[in-house]
Amino acid sequence: MFLLIWLVIMLEKQIIHPFRGAFTLFKKEIMRFWRVSFQTVAAPVMTALLYLLVFSHVLSRNVQVYEGVGYTQFLIPGLIMMSVLQNAFANSSSSIIQSKVMGNIVFLLLTPITYTEFFLAFLAASIFRGLVVGICIYLVSIVFIDLPIAHPGFVLMFGLLGSALLGTFGIIAGIWADKFDQMAAFQNFIIMPLSFLSGVFYSIHSLPPFWKTVSHFNPFFYMIDGFRYGFFGMGDISPYFSLSIVLLSFLVLSWFTLILLKSGYKLRG
Amino acid sequence: MIPAINIQDIHKHFGALQALKGINLSIEQGEFFALLGPNGAGKSTLINLMAGLLRPTSGTISVMGHDVQRGYRQARQSLGVVPQELVFDPFFNVREMLRFQAGYFGRGSENDSWVDEIIESLGLADKASTNMRRLSGGMKRRALIAQALAHKPPVIVLDEPTAGVDVELRQIMWEFIKRLNREGHTIILTTHYLEEAEILCSRVAVMKKGEVVALDSTVNLLKSIPGKSLRLKIKESFLPESLRHMIRNQEESVYTLSLIDVTQIEFILSELRKSNISIEDMKLLEADLEDVFVDLVGDHA
Ligand SMILES: Nc1ncnc2c1ncn2[C@@H]1O[C@H](COP(=O)(O)OP(=O)(O)O)[C@@H](O)[C@H]1O
Ligand SMILES: [Mg+2]
Repeated sequence: MFLLIWLVIMLEKQIIHPFRGAFTLFKKEIMRFWRVSFQTVAAPVMTALLYLLVFSHVLSRNVQVYEGVGYTQFLIPGLIMMSVLQNAFANSSSSIIQSKVMGNIVFLLLTPITYTEFFLAFLAASIFRGLVVGICIYLVSIVFIDLPIAHPGFVLMFGLLGSALLGTFGIIAGIWADKFDQMAAFQNFIIMPLSFLSGVFYSIHSLPPFWKTVSHFNPFFYMIDGFRYGFFGMGDISPYFSLSIVLLSFLVLSWFTLILLKSGYKLRG
Repeated sequence: MIPAINIQDIHKHFGALQALKGINLSIEQGEFFALLGPNGAGKSTLINLMAGLLRPTSGTISVMGHDVQRGYRQARQSLGVVPQELVFDPFFNVREMLRFQAGYFGRGSENDSWVDEIIESLGLADKASTNMRRLSGGMKRRALIAQALAHKPPVIVLDEPTAGVDVELRQIMWEFIKRLNREGHTIILTTHYLEEAEILCSRVAVMKKGEVVALDSTVNLLKSIPGKSLRLKIKESFLPESLRHMIRNQEESVYTLSLIDVTQIEFILSELRKSNISIEDMKLLEADLEDVFVDLVGDHA
């Protein structure tokens, strides 16, 4: 962590030259969403809190998922993670599709920034946005509800890897989509169903066997379950297993993205 | 000296369309070069290949000795491109954009004074803190030029920089680009305003349907067609034998005669008088790139 802060300071002071291109891109991406933080941070925090309010009110008396964990408590980590994932995806995907549609992506393509740097800069900005949104939801929730963290390491690891995975997914979607409605389809038909059917609102143990099996093919399930384990020390499956699945998915998807970027697919004709 | 741009046997196909059919071109450092040609000739395609925005079907291009694919980092450091379309990033203001652009090329705050200098020279000073979205078309065009210069590239390529720009701004931009050339930058511009190439550029390549159909100094290109010409409208519909070799064009009783030099006019007039041919109208025409252009590119060439 200190190493990271030191690196950022050195880059800011422009003492380290080789990464300056990628760092500038990262900084620009951060500023881009920060300029419109009402939409990119405040709005998702608000949405998560509304879910929390509605679902906890409707279900809290009937559902007990884990011993000693109230339903509202149970709900919060899932909602945080869902927002982290959706926002990490939104950051890279919307930035890239906008630049493509506006045509200003050429400003980036004309520079000596390598495809790996391109990937890392968008990835880092997505993680940053995901974590900012997640931390905000957490901070607002703990005003109302007691929510201790049993294993901060797991919370951090799943937060980082989950937002990295979705940030990468967002890069792929941004490169692939040519129009905003294709991107909206991606969001509505892939990201939303996967995140809603991942056990944010319930434990998959409460599902019929068929749907339980289906859930195991949903990568979001592992991220949410592992993240929740970090809070309660309890989960549907082993957090190490989830972590391996998420890490593996991230590595495979990054590898794919790097190949895509290297080939110049849809970016360099 | 290493050429600023070296293009070797470049082919570019888009599916079945052959946009470039074997381009060979070398542009020296310090040149002011024009790529001239009608819409669809392949000028932008050639520029996008130099910039690495497109990849060639075959052939190689180098910028300041660096191959645009194998040595793309150095090649792109050496190149500043002003795209044809008025693209902009709606999230930032002019100064922010320029600093980001410099930053992408690895330049930091030590470059800020250069950024301020470009802003000043392009008349963007009072718009420096204005969001790109709120700039007028002309101002956006200036900002686009500024962005291409942010990393002080030795070679600057402008793709139709004055398309859709009013006369006043065109003058400002010409002066600015000329100054960059005087300061040692290699300038390449594409245009279909012939006037622009004629006024600014020392050498011209004329492109047509993916090929370079003429490549010469602007002066020679002007010489390669008959210099001035004389348009005559006469009563009779034939010219005396002694003048026939000068005919460049005839439409009924309107003749266009090529002149090697202006003193030939006296000879023409005396020959006409000898044959008792009276003149209805007469006009001396200057040669310009328009003629070259029509000769080379037009279908009746
Ligand atoms: N990305 C592309 N895909 C398909 N065809 C293209 C593409 N870019 C250019 N072309 C075609 O290539 C030809 C040359 O275009 P261009 O280089 O833009 O010409 P110019 O800049 O001289 O007007 C045109 O026929 C154009 O339609
Ligand atoms: Mg063009």
